[in-house]
Amino acid sequence: MKSAVIVFPGSNCDRDLAVALEQVTGRAPAMVWHGESNLPDGTDLIALPGGFSYGDYLRSGAMAARSPIMRAVVEAAGRGVPVLGICNGFQVLTETGLLPGALMRNARLNFVSRPVALKVENTQTLFTSGYNAGEVIHIPVAHHDGNYQADAETLDKLESTGRVAFRYAEEVNGSARSIAGIINEAGNVLGMMPHPERAIEPAHGSTDGLRLFQGLLETVS
Amino acid sequence: MKARVFVTLKPGVLDPQGKAIHHALEGLGFGGVNNVRAGKLIELDLADDTSDSDIEDMCRKLLANTVIENFRVERPENA
Repeated sequence: MKSAVIVFPGSNCDRDLAVALEQVTGRAPAMVWHGESNLPDGTDLIALPGGFSYGDYLRSGAMAARSPIMRAVVEAAGRGVPVLGICNGFQVLTETGLLPGALMRNARLNFVSRPVALKVENTQTLFTSGYNAGEVIHIPVAHHDGNYQADAETLDKLESTGRVAFRYAEEVNGSARSIAGIINEAGNVLGMMPHPERAIEPAHGSTDGLRLFQGLLETVS
Repeated sequence: MKARVFVTLKPGVLDPQGKAIHHALEGLGFGGVNNVRAGKLIELDLADDTSDSDIEDMCRKLLANTVIENFRVERPENA
């Protein structure tokens, strides 16, 4: 699998994500700077890392979503290339319009940084085939703006079409219907606030994130 | 030429920041505050031939996230 990690000024999980991808796929991802206008030829997975791109100026993810490389990412997503956005990457995906809704300030205004329990809602996706339906997994979150909001019609549509991939199994940030991760209509774009790349080795306290990358490897290659 | 863009949360969108400000005002003893909503003011210094639709475009493409926010543009006559 030929993966690419997009690096924005202020990304800080890009190397963790690269380690996870290399560990699982056996191949180091291309690290692609935000100012580039093209992805490496043959890229078959695009990963948008966590962090604080552009210092979260204006809105989290807003500036990154308008950076030159994102035009190539949107174009590739349209062709069906899988795109995984984690934390700030999820915020970037909603800001580009690849995913519906918005990620707002946590309901209690606090920065939440701890392992949380997540329920895997849909295992029939490119990203979640490594999990069992209804399984509860433990993956860390670390965010200030993870409060997922969308209008009721959008939320109903997400739920009725199986596009809620992960749901918090505990109160974390006030997200509508406890949504932690969603996929797009075509099924090739996943945005999630929790950090699977921070749960891939026993020393991390959980290896539940590993199966997301393993599942991806299986479905993509 | 100057323009001011006010970005506010749409009605019904939860505003935890506004809520916190409201509580703080109450904590300071200010009664009679029914509700607080926080937003942003963005001041633009523009070329004279910038049209209203150019500014609206800027708002829709970047300054506001129209999923959750409304915007209002003010162009003072003598600015």
